[in-house]
Amino acid sequence: MTSTEIAPTHGYVQNRVDLALIAEMIEPNVRVLDVGCGDGELLALLARTKNVDGRGIELSQEGVNACVTRGLSVIQGDADSDLSDYPKDAFDYVILSKTIQATRNPREVLRQMQRIGKHCIVSFPNFGNWRVRLQLLLTGRMPMTKTLGHDWYDTPNIHLCTVRDFVTLCEEVGFRIDDAVSVAGNRARRVGRPGTLDNLMAEDAVLLMSRK
Amino acid sequence: MSQTVEIQRQPDDAAARVKAVSAVTTFGPEAPLQLDCGVSLSPFTIAYETYGTLNVDKSNVVLICHALTGDQHVASRHPITGKPGGWWPMMVGPGLPIDTDRYFVICQNVIGGCMGTTGPKDIDPGTGKPYGLSFPVITIGDMVRAQAMLLDRLGIKDIFCVIGGSMGGMQVLQWATAYPERVFSAIPIATAARHSAQNIAFHEVGRQAIMADPEWHAGAYLDGETSPAKGLAVARMAAHITYLSEAALHRKFGRNLQNRDKVTYGFDADFQIESYLRYQGSTFVDRFDANSYLYITRAMDYFDLAADCGGVLANAFKGTKTRFCVVSFTSDWLFPTSDNRQIVHALNAAAANVSFVEIDTDKGHDAFLLDEPEMFATLKGFIGAAAERRGLK
Repeated sequence: MTSTEIAPTHGYVQNRVDLALIAEMIEPNVRVLDVGCGDGELLALLARTKNVDGRGIELSQEGVNACVTRGLSVIQGDADSDLSDYPKDAFDYVILSKTIQATRNPREVLRQMQRIGKHCIVSFPNFGNWRVRLQLLLTGRMPMTKTLGHDWYDTPNIHLCTVRDFVTLCEEVGFRIDDAVSVAGNRARRVGRPGTLDNLMAEDAVLLMSRK
Repeated sequence: MSQTVEIQRQPDDAAARVKAVSAVTTFGPEAPLQLDCGVSLSPFTIAYETYGTLNVDKSNVVLICHALTGDQHVASRHPITGKPGGWWPMMVGPGLPIDTDRYFVICQNVIGGCMGTTGPKDIDPGTGKPYGLSFPVITIGDMVRAQAMLLDRLGIKDIFCVIGGSMGGMQVLQWATAYPERVFSAIPIATAARHSAQNIAFHEVGRQAIMADPEWHAGAYLDGETSPAKGLAVARMAAHITYLSEAALHRKFGRNLQNRDKVTYGFDADFQIESYLRYQGSTFVDRFDANSYLYITRAMDYFDLAADCGGVLANAFKGTKTRFCVVSFTSDWLFPTSDNRQIVHALNAAAANVSFVEIDTDKGHDAFLLDEPEMFATLKGFIGAAAERRGLK
């Protein structure tokens, strides 16, 4: 087990430490699909540093247009309905960064990712983090944190889960967890397989998975 | 005999940012055009324009495909209307998305057209009279086949980028599927992989308007030097409505009256929109041949890319290495986003390299010809990235 400080010199947006971690998990010269790619920050990073053949799907048209303007191959679409278009094994890596909690059917999204990608990388905010638990316990209200900044009534995050929940679902879907990183603040711990402590301490988790 | 005549068009056109070279190439009996209908058309002529300079390895070719009533004057003064700057002045020129300082731009008048490429108004060498309705029915595939013959003649094998809107977009899709190995990148804009029933219906209204004009004479109007101008004008008026949107019509005209304070209780053009449409119709007939309108609308009606691939559009793109950028407009109801998205779905299913942008605008289908900064920005990004991949300077 190693603990890595994410240095600001990486040049990544501070609150998207997970993007740096995802980039580190990806081999060079591969085909990558970034589902929910936003304005293309990760794809641009991967193109620059790993020479990947990158594609993206993004829900917001502003995000898509921003991506295409910077030369990335991105379409407007969403994880719930558009992954089924792609053929089996279309990509070496399919990435879902901080998006799964906003999908309508996370299990089906994972199944589709498993079908079209040889490897999948998923990052998500951990609802089992001790701050979240404590807030709910002490205030009796829906927790709001740095990564979960919306009121309950206007949040896009309709399917929040804990690290443990996610690991359970991965097993059900037939994923093998090849690598996992637990992120808290600016510290990232490579944990191999997330355990009880990670379920309590991680603010975000990043998992690299492949078909069993 | 086959020959090419080039005319340098000097910058008499102040709005033109780049010098256009107009040329006409005739293909003789040794090079007939094999049409989908089974006829082999010979001889035939292609009129085209080029802008910019072909690089040494001929790798910087941008082919622009024009729409139904467009022509080769993509960035130069129109010889009949005198309209300066061409039909895509904000897209083609130095420093513009299709940068004539970097790329060698070719735009050809389609087969069946009326601006110099062989069409129904030209003389049938068999009879010595204008073809009229004896001109064979042409398809989008025929248009593209003719364009490929011209590129072969020019010694150009690869196209860096093929781009076009509406019917031009159909040609782009045809290029990308009929000659995938020749097309590095493709930009179909506001188009569809097949013409919808609604669009066929609108075309039929236009054709019937032309045919109902007594001056049409079953297509033989040129023999008597008449012209079904009224029918063609009505066809254009009906079609023009489909190029706009309700919101744009409301914004531009509303219910405003034309040079009067109150309605006249008659059938004069009381409303500005009526006056505008009449003007659109009357100016169109000066520059367009009625029979060409019949033939080219028919070509669009027949377009169905999936039909030859067992009805599965994705099969048409199987194994493609071309980089695609599909563009649609929110208020386009002639080629709505859903039509364009079908192309994207098929490209995804073929694991193709595709981008898709939908531009938010109230300008309707015609938006692709207008000032849409977001379209320019995204296309500049896409074309620039493709050029980098292609190793173009």
